[in-house]
Amino acid sequence: MIEQYIPLILAILIALLFSLFLLKASSWFGPQRPNPEKLSTYESGMEPVRTARERFSVKFYIVAIMFIIFDIEVVFLYPWAVNLKNLIDLMGFFIIAEMFIFIIILLAGYLYLLKKGALKWD
Amino acid sequence: MIPLKYYLILSAAFFSIGIIGVLTRRNAIIIFMCIELMLNAVNLTLVSFSSFFGDSSGQIFVFFVMAVAAAEAAVGLAIIIALFRNKLTINVDEVNIFKW
Amino acid sequence: MEQQTFLNILPILIVSTTTIATIFVEAFYKRSDNLIYWLSIVSLILTLIYSILTINVQNLNFSNTLHSGGITNLFYFVLSLTSLLVIISARDYLLRAKYHHGEFYILIFSSLLGMMLMASSRDLILTFLGLELMSLSFYVLAGYNRKVLFNNEASLKYFLLGAFASGFLLYGIALIYGSAQTTNILLIVNEFNNLLLKPLFVLGLVLLLIGFSFKVASVPFHMWVPDVYEGSPTVVSALMSTAGKTAAFAALIISFYGSTTSQVNFEIVAKIISYLAIASMLIGSITAIAQTNLKRMLAYSSIAHAGYMLIGIASANKLGMSGVIFYLIVYSFMNVASFILISLMENDFEKRISLNDFIGLANTHPWYAAIMALMMFALSGLPPFGGFFGKYYVFLAAIKADLTYLAVIGVISSVISAYFYLRVVVYMYFRTNEERKDIFHTSADNFVLVLCTLFVLQLGITPNLVLDLITRFLP
Repeated sequence: MIEQYIPLILAILIALLFSLFLLKASSWFGPQRPNPEKLSTYESGMEPVRTARERFSVKFYIVAIMFIIFDIEVVFLYPWAVNLKNLIDLMGFFIIAEMFIFIIILLAGYLYLLKKGALKWD
Repeated sequence: MIPLKYYLILSAAFFSIGIIGVLTRRNAIIIFMCIELMLNAVNLTLVSFSSFFGDSSGQIFVFFVMAVAAAEAAVGLAIIIALFRNKLTINVDEVNIFKW
Repeated sequence: MEQQTFLNILPILIVSTTTIATIFVEAFYKRSDNLIYWLSIVSLILTLIYSILTINVQNLNFSNTLHSGGITNLFYFVLSLTSLLVIISARDYLLRAKYHHGEFYILIFSSLLGMMLMASSRDLILTFLGLELMSLSFYVLAGYNRKVLFNNEASLKYFLLGAFASGFLLYGIALIYGSAQTTNILLIVNEFNNLLLKPLFVLGLVLLLIGFSFKVASVPFHMWVPDVYEGSPTVVSALMSTAGKTAAFAALIISFYGSTTSQVNFEIVAKIISYLAIASMLIGSITAIAQTNLKRMLAYSSIAHAGYMLIGIASANKLGMSGVIFYLIVYSFMNVASFILISLMENDFEKRISLNDFIGLANTHPWYAAIMALMMFALSGLPPFGGFFGKYYVFLAAIKADLTYLAVIGVISSVISAYFYLRVVVYMYFRTNEERKDIFHTSADNFVLVLCTLFVLQLGITPNLVLDLITRFLP
């Protein structure tokens, strides 16, 4: 049981050791010139004006909500598209019409969002 | 071949972590994430059963569960935003107008 | 696909087409609220007529996943009738609160679609989808007016607890799938005896029961009920407490009925359900005594009623199952009428009606007081009204199934609950108050109230008509 995992464990160990070695190697071989400017946010750019840990605007959440909904619906399209050839032989035109009905339902939601101004930023 | 038992134990562990999270955390969004964890634990159970049986209906069920979870996420976030706009908090302990 | 399949599921098609069409109307038409109101009434009436006309044609569609005709159409009828009554009276309530939008009807329609799917599905995947569609619409409806804090709080609590419960339900379904290798309810029921030997299946069944008992509001999972019913808009509480319960019980009956008819070892499940029933009846009716807020009182009474109905399921015979369905029908009319009477006293979402608001109602509005009194008598289960026969059939079924103690506890709990129901009547008839209460009555509300009263009276006078219908269609 556990024997079949030995190559995997070895590979992980080698990868770990090698990357640790590379990390350390750069400090062995590279020149060391410490400077406070190197630790600032943008070394040769603008001074940062305020903290980056701000609350996001609530508008981002609305975009996120809409994204989740329309993103997940694609999972139903994939199995349909992969099996389309077999399904057409099996059920004919019906299987294409069915997916169009599904798209129309999504379209209803999308048009509703559009008309209610959910996609307007201001 | 990893035995089916391992998958079931893993998903039961995830499910329990989700339950414990729902019962102990007080931030509405984190409670909600724990509920999502529970749903995904169930997805893992379904997928492992389905591949063990060689029966595809479990995987189809997972698609539906994912879609439902997305819809739930949308409704949940909308409800939390509506509450936040009125009350400026999403701590469920402070949401307590109704008492016995 | 034959055309016949689509004719069979036409009620579901009507409701889903209306949902999508009303979304388009809402998107493109400016003054859409009234148009959607009439559209939804027309389509509900079509659904009612079609489901009654085709009640004798029983079929299993889409590879045994969707049942049509018979008991399913009866459920369609009850669910759409309840929604119709709520929609008719909701319009004036929402106009009064200045929050009348087309979305309200769209959400009610999508929840109705979910409930119809639950009542007709013979596959656990479809049951789960219907349940989620119903619940998600209810979460939004509970917080319908997003500017009112009560609504927000109700919907947040409902959402978090409801999603938690559906997680359990889903895990139960997954374990049942794992032990039965199928999600088809009819196949699972055939194998019920063998499956009960597998611990995985029993665990799945218990988790499924937890999920359902959350949706029917029975005791260990009842904490959301009072808060949600109190915080939601009153018309929404009317729909949630009646149609939501009917749909959840329909799914419960479908999942367990088949297993009760063939000689199977139902005892373990029946024992769990009877404990749930006892706890719901007693806790529901005892806690309701302490309530002064009327919506909260009705919420606890709804928990107690869930307990009575669970007796019918625990007794696991034909009379028990048809008794539950009869009870659900009566309960829908009684509760819709009571909630609508409460909604008549509210002029916005923030008003909370307490018992004191009913003082002297008999002097100022004798007709409304009379209907409220009648509904309270019916809810407490006094003889000439429909509520009595609901309880009677369920208790009779329990005695037939050698579960006499359930019937005894049921009677005790009914006696306790008579106290708080009759207290409302006492407040209306025997206490007087100088200040005159406003009742915002309109002809639409009067129509709904009269219809409910007639149904409750009819079910009390000739209960056999409906019971025979139910018994005929139960397989």
